[in-house]
Amino acid sequence: MGDDLNGPEYQVPEELRSHITITTLDRIYNWGRRSSVWPMMFGLACCAIEMICVAASRYDFSRFGMEVMRPSPRQSDLMIVSGTVTKKMIPQIVRLYNQMPEPKYVLAMGACASGGGPFKEGYNVVSGVDKFIPVDVYVPGCPPTPQALLNGLIKLQEKIDTQSIRTVRWYKREASEPIPIPILGPDLIDPRDIPILDAKRASVVKPDVPENS
Amino acid sequence: MTLEEYTDRFTGMLNFDERKGYEGYIVHSERLVEFARTIRDELGYDYLSSVTGVDYLPDEQIEVVYHAYRSQGGPGLVFKVQVPRINPIVPSLVSIFPGADFQEREAWDLLGIRFEGHPNLRRILMWEGFHGHPLRKDWEEPYFEESEKPFNSRWPEGKAFRIEENKPFKKNVQYPPEFTPDGWIPEADTALYSGMVRLGAKDAGNGRSLETDQILVNLGPQHPSTHGVFRMVVSLDGEEIADLQPVLGYLHRNHEKIGERNTYLMNMPFTDRLDYLASMGNNFGYALAVEKLMGITPPERAEYIRVMMAELTRIVSHLFSIGTLLNDLGAFFTPMLYALTERELILDIFEAVSGSRMMCNYFRFGGVARDLPEGILEKVYELVTERLPRKVDELDTYLTDNEIVRTRSIGIGVLPREQAIEYSAAGPVLRASGVGYDVRRAESYSIYDRFDFDVAIRHNGDVYDRYLVRLEEIRQSLRILQQVVRDIPDGEFQTGKPQYQVRVPPGESYGRVENPKGELGFYIVSNGKPNPWRYHIRSPSFINLTAFGEMCKGHKIADVVAILGSIDIVLGEVDR
Amino acid sequence: MYGIGLIKGLGVTLKHFIETYLDDIRWLGRRYYRDESLAERQGPHARGIFTVQYPEEKLPVPEEFRCIPFLVYEVGEDGERLYRCTSCGICSKVCPPQCIWIVRSNDPETGRPIPSPTEFFIDIDICMNCGLCAEYCPFDAIKMDHDYELASYDRLADHIYNKERLSKPVTYYESIRPMNFAFEEAARAEKEAAKEARRKAK
Ligand code: SF4
Ligand code: SF4
Ligand code: SF4
Repeated sequence: MGDDLNGPEYQVPEELRSHITITTLDRIYNWGRRSSVWPMMFGLACCAIEMICVAASRYDFSRFGMEVMRPSPRQSDLMIVSGTVTKKMIPQIVRLYNQMPEPKYVLAMGACASGGGPFKEGYNVVSGVDKFIPVDVYVPGCPPTPQALLNGLIKLQEKIDTQSIRTVRWYKREASEPIPIPILGPDLIDPRDIPILDAKRASVVKPDVPENS
Repeated sequence: MTLEEYTDRFTGMLNFDERKGYEGYIVHSERLVEFARTIRDELGYDYLSSVTGVDYLPDEQIEVVYHAYRSQGGPGLVFKVQVPRINPIVPSLVSIFPGADFQEREAWDLLGIRFEGHPNLRRILMWEGFHGHPLRKDWEEPYFEESEKPFNSRWPEGKAFRIEENKPFKKNVQYPPEFTPDGWIPEADTALYSGMVRLGAKDAGNGRSLETDQILVNLGPQHPSTHGVFRMVVSLDGEEIADLQPVLGYLHRNHEKIGERNTYLMNMPFTDRLDYLASMGNNFGYALAVEKLMGITPPERAEYIRVMMAELTRIVSHLFSIGTLLNDLGAFFTPMLYALTERELILDIFEAVSGSRMMCNYFRFGGVARDLPEGILEKVYELVTERLPRKVDELDTYLTDNEIVRTRSIGIGVLPREQAIEYSAAGPVLRASGVGYDVRRAESYSIYDRFDFDVAIRHNGDVYDRYLVRLEEIRQSLRILQQVVRDIPDGEFQTGKPQYQVRVPPGESYGRVENPKGELGFYIVSNGKPNPWRYHIRSPSFINLTAFGEMCKGHKIADVVAILGSIDIVLGEVDR
Repeated sequence: MYGIGLIKGLGVTLKHFIETYLDDIRWLGRRYYRDESLAERQGPHARGIFTVQYPEEKLPVPEEFRCIPFLVYEVGEDGERLYRCTSCGICSKVCPPQCIWIVRSNDPETGRPIPSPTEFFIDIDICMNCGLCAEYCPFDAIKMDHDYELASYDRLADHIYNKERLSKPVTYYESIRPMNFAFEEAARAEKEAAKEARRKAK
């Protein structure tokens, strides 16, 4: 582990390397965070089974310090969106995301979570969870094999490594805004879209033009 | 007494379905309830397997199709009701076959058929307030491109695009023209909650009555022990369950709507994603249904390969279910780890044979996609004769006699024999209640009649017995597999040339298989075009849930999780 | 006696626990990062620790394994790419979620279609890795890839794979699917020979 932490800009004598590590605050901060990313225990569809396989003995993501899957969003750092996001489910997903404490990450696992997947054309399917919540890593595949998911998790760790304590959003003075929770109407309504919806209605003069063409 | 005599009794109200390729009877909706009671009480068709609707747009008709069977086994009886498309009303059969409950709600939700006399006719997969009934043939989804695949925009001028970019909201949504979000009040489950059983005053024991508060608890859709995105609303009296309502649809992926746009072959990989723990079993059911319509049979070797894959799938699925059940009982993850280890070894075989661990897409009409690769049979042989029997015994010693498991599961979630049949329960749930109904024996398909195996059956109908039935089924599957690897012949693995566009003559067919979760049926209506006119899935997990509320009543809240685990649902199949 | 079942169960866990250490001794230092020990550890004789130490060691994928499809090209004499694809459109017709887009151009002089795709797209956010395109392509021009390490930070920019991104040389195909390749080549050679024979007969 020590080698991970050693800042390249500091030369530690050979004989002291096993005892002393000189590092930057960023490095140790990121090292701590990347080695204990707790995912939320939260499965949506087929991909969730592969996620369980990653947690099981063959692929075993406890090797990355991720084995503590928390069923509660309050205790988790990472949301693995593993499966098809439906319109009926997205309000809950957004709510869960809002409840996660910072720093929080989202990994979209599989084609469905990334961009709709094979069921994209369906009337109850959201074309990608990133339409609603920000996604950090996308793992393509249907389903991604457990090794592909591990690859995605390693990518996430690499992303964490690049962050700096000075610029991360969760130490900014202003608190980050929660994402407005979608509403189930005659179809899914994103509160952010309501102005457009109203504007569209206002602009429609001819009643025989369907709005949704 | 034969059915012919009944046509007399129901003169004018009961006719043979004489359309080409169709079978069964058409009952007039006025006499439907009476007819259903007659076939149940006098003819012994006591098991209503599937209820679904078909929208015959050109005939301006909606048809409700029922498939009933005898719980002793044997061929089934198909009967239908035809009503006009506009405001269709059909009498509900819930009073005679309570198993029709969820299926009728689904038909109301997706096709807009109103079932008169249904106790709780609300939407089940979509939410209350959703606009339209999506499976109507003239209902178009927001991402509608063409009514049939393949779409013309893909070739020869296929400029790639993301469909959401062409839509006004950049999202998969559409609103009715008169819709304004201002006045919209989402239906906040009030109707659902008010439909729950109210607690009456209780006798406090000293002659006075005691008012108890009704507590409503929502479990899910995000809950670690709901096996996915399943939600149940539980009404509690102290810690005891007074009523329970499952809320479904959080994974409704519009399988059937998409399936009706797809060509026949395209549906094959989609079926993988139904019960995603048993993809080969789903392939099997769908292939059977389409082959029945096409009138072809696969060659000998393919039949053996199919049975081999289906049985391996059963082991995979039961292992997973035993693991999760123990998780739900509180034995967090160790039994699951042991079960998953064995599962992985079988998945390796699937991966080598079909190319994917879970989404196998291996069956084709009239055979399988490709022959077994070299060395696989030896691997399977080693697994099924040596490793798996040993490991199953190990699981058995590990769990079966464990006192905690026994106390947590014996006598919990009892589903008596009669109720199991009434509620159309299927698979291990049905067999643990003392009904030895297994489609592999009751109406043998493929080459199951050649193998020597016993139908696992237990009689108490509780969580423990369901677990034991699954364990026994793994053993029986191993027995079948040993015979398969012994007998598998050489030869072709596909009849005829592989085709991507199959010709399916007009007609209907219902293909069913015994999937790990229970009877999986595919109801397909063809009108001779490359795409099925109707593609319906009778999904065992979905229908097994009908009895879930009944099983839970009177138990403690902690048992709900165990009971749900013992039904073994897969959300991909429940919500489709 | 109450508790016997529990103790029996604990015996099983204890056995598993001890086996991992026995395996350590048996393999002494050669346990990880070697192909033979990986094969042994993941095979039907696996005991003890079952874990693959990804990313240092990777579970070998079988020949039939499928991820995203790719387009096979052969390298011509001057190093140019000769696509096997004739843009016949069968793959885009068979693709279940309809995620293949092909642009076929016409020859400006003759007005006939050019038997090579001008553009070829696959939206990997829709692709269900079903393998039907590869299965039904009559020219063995599209095949399923083995590369699954595709995780990325952005999807809008590069999750619609274009022709460039999809192209892989035939040598790559041969390396990931040697048996299929040999089989197809043999079939092709046979067909060629038959054609030749017919031409001679004329
Ligand atoms: S990406 Fe594929 S495997 Fe994953 S949830 Fe979607 S359909 Fe299922
Ligand atoms: S990849 Fe194959 S099937 Fe697809 S257009 Fe090219 S030649 Fe035809
Ligand atoms: S693998 Fe299947 S989904 Fe993907 S491009 Fe090929 S046919 Fe389409």
